[in-house]
Amino acid sequence: MAESSSSSPLAGIVKSPGLMVLAAIVAAAAVFLLLQAVNDPFTFLQALMKSFGLGAVYALIALGFVLIFKATQVVNFAQGALAMTGALFVSFMVADGHIPFTTIPNPLVNISPSWLGWFLSVLVALAAAAILGLIIERLTIRPMVGEPLFSVAVLTLGLEIFLRVFNNDAVKIQFRSLEVPWGVSGFNIGEAFVAWSYVASMITAAVAFVAVFFFYRSRMGIAMRAVAYDQEAAMAQGINVGRVFAIAWAAGAVLAAIGGIFATQPPVAQTGAVQFETQLIAFRTLPAVILGGLDSVQGALIGGLIIGFAEIMAGQYASGQIDILGAGYPLIVPYVVMIIGLLVRPYGLFGTPEIRRV
Amino acid sequence: MFRRPNLYTSYEAENKIFPTWTQRGLAAIAIIILFLMPFDLPVISQIPVVRFLGDSNWLRPVSTMFIILVGALGFNLLAGVAGQVSLGHAFFMGVGAYSAAFLGGEGTDAVFGMGLPIWIWLPGAGIGAALVGMLIAPVAVKLRGLYLAIVTLGLVFIGIHMGNTSWGKKFAGDPGLGRSFPTFDIRLWKEEDPLVLMDDDSKWLWFEVSDNQKTYFFVLVIAIIALIVAKNLARSRTGRALQAIRDRDIAAEVMGVSEFKYKVIAFAVSSFFAGVSGAMFASLAGKLPAIEWDLFLSVEFVAIILIGGAGTIAGTVMGTVFVILLPLMIEEMTIWLSEQIDEGGFFSPIANFLLTEGADDFGPISIATQTPGWPLNVFDWNIALYGLLIIVFLIFEPLGLYGIWISIRNYWKGWPFSY
Repeated sequence: MAESSSSSPLAGIVKSPGLMVLAAIVAAAAVFLLLQAVNDPFTFLQALMKSFGLGAVYALIALGFVLIFKATQVVNFAQGALAMTGALFVSFMVADGHIPFTTIPNPLVNISPSWLGWFLSVLVALAAAAILGLIIERLTIRPMVGEPLFSVAVLTLGLEIFLRVFNNDAVKIQFRSLEVPWGVSGFNIGEAFVAWSYVASMITAAVAFVAVFFFYRSRMGIAMRAVAYDQEAAMAQGINVGRVFAIAWAAGAVLAAIGGIFATQPPVAQTGAVQFETQLIAFRTLPAVILGGLDSVQGALIGGLIIGFAEIMAGQYASGQIDILGAGYPLIVPYVVMIIGLLVRPYGLFGTPEIRRV
Repeated sequence: MFRRPNLYTSYEAENKIFPTWTQRGLAAIAIIILFLMPFDLPVISQIPVVRFLGDSNWLRPVSTMFIILVGALGFNLLAGVAGQVSLGHAFFMGVGAYSAAFLGGEGTDAVFGMGLPIWIWLPGAGIGAALVGMLIAPVAVKLRGLYLAIVTLGLVFIGIHMGNTSWGKKFAGDPGLGRSFPTFDIRLWKEEDPLVLMDDDSKWLWFEVSDNQKTYFFVLVIAIIALIVAKNLARSRTGRALQAIRDRDIAAEVMGVSEFKYKVIAFAVSSFFAGVSGAMFASLAGKLPAIEWDLFLSVEFVAIILIGGAGTIAGTVMGTVFVILLPLMIEEMTIWLSEQIDEGGFFSPIANFLLTEGADDFGPISIATQTPGWPLNVFDWNIALYGLLIIVFLIFEPLGLYGIWISIRNYWKGWPFSY
């Protein structure tokens, strides 16, 4: 993103009263957390690792949003349904031991170290998610090229509703387990317990972001950035815009599926199973995307981590006020953070301001 | 009185609600039919669709349809006319419902309620929602397009959560069961026996009216008032200003249309409609938990606007009828198809193909209500159809049902030279 070189961020804070209020709130929260951290370092460390784990999940799904938005200018509201579908594919293959939608047994389950079988099953499930993304793009997004952006966004809302019916039907009677190899186990740093799931999601997020970073420097990635910049000009240069769209949607669906799998893991989701709430996680990712800026990859990472941090820390340190805040209040924290953040920076932390002409 | 269909000699003439006498006559007939529909009258009840809808089983869904229509008119004003895309319409409906419950509901230890009569709580619901809408409007000035949609989406989740808080429970009651809402009974003040009691049957003039019929008349009157207000607002100076902001906001401001002022107006009026609609919706349901005001309800309004045709009153009406009645029609049709199988009627091959009865049968629709796995039941199919309809209309007919109607009308207007 092109930074304006004329003014430093600090000068911007002093200029705008809204930013000053926000800075004051953030500073107060930081001081409070610092006091808590000094007071009880291990509780804080445990919460911190948890927040990174959750933030990584948000960042993964947010990365899918951003990839699709950058290439096709579509805000994909169906990301939640795609995340749940991806997790369900894994559940079908591992817990049931069938290839999805068939009664053919899944040969990968029988591979001798069970974690290898699980891992290979996940890869197959991700491939299935990619194919689903391709089908969706070809059938619904491609005919809408050139239509108003809002129409396409609403179309993805329709997709979300459509896919959700089938997802909910799969978990209607009982929640579906993922049987992740590391389960609920973890390790201790002093008195702080860190689940392996958090480490796994952090590592996956890191790998995904590095991969996207290098992808944007590849031939296809440059084509994608060109399409994001100007579709017609890119087409005139001989770039196959349709293929760029397809790849973006496939990658977005895969990232959503990965996010869905990590969101379903035992400590992140209490039951460790796919259930109705799984798709709500993508709606909580929207704040992360918006806070970081819709078209910024680093924004997705930082937005995801901020939202995860705020959610977990609020859950950890404000639970004394649960009567006033209401049960389940941490799930609302992302939206509150998003609204406050947007009022101060209308295009997110790293987003490109829209240039408006008459 | 024959005239050339597209000839208007003045702006006033073009902007009339019903420009031609044919339209005026049709509208009058439609209103008369709507009012006489619930009764078993000799001539009117024989018209096929009217006989079907006027049936006592269908009065309640049709009443719901009119209530949703009020909210949809408000949403059309905001999203269709002013171009401010909000996914928070369900939130404003909820605000209206709980304002109504606060003003008109029965107060207990657990929940607030002042027990005021309907002529206070119904406008009060609108005003409560409008005030909240005016608080949101400055956000809309600052944010644009999809950013606004996502912030209002956040509002829906925050709104539902408020029902969980200790102070929110005072308004919304128990998070699982909800609270009871005021009924449509019309009183002058808090006296014991109301002027019009909605719960039992009584005799008005020559007609026997049941409780459902009374509710139907009440919401019909409110819906007609809302239609007139919405239509007049859309064709007035305010409506033109809102359209200017929708089409090009900077250009509108250059021409002297205050963006801030008119966005506040758009949000306030739209929320007022939503509030009234939400209050009546809750009142008709009797008891609702806060979770009812969810994203799905908001998307329902988006679907109504898109399927009907954004920015037009007629389209909104068509969209509401279509979106609310279609699922019920499909349910009715499934029942009818299963009867066809039992009777071995003419349509039984189609029914056999579509329905699944028992374990070995293959068909997309299952008759059992709770079925996991592939044959989805008819309720699930209805929701899936919803999503599918949004997609199909957006791809193939962006102007919605109104666009289809216009093209049909133009075909016959130009007939036999329709090319």
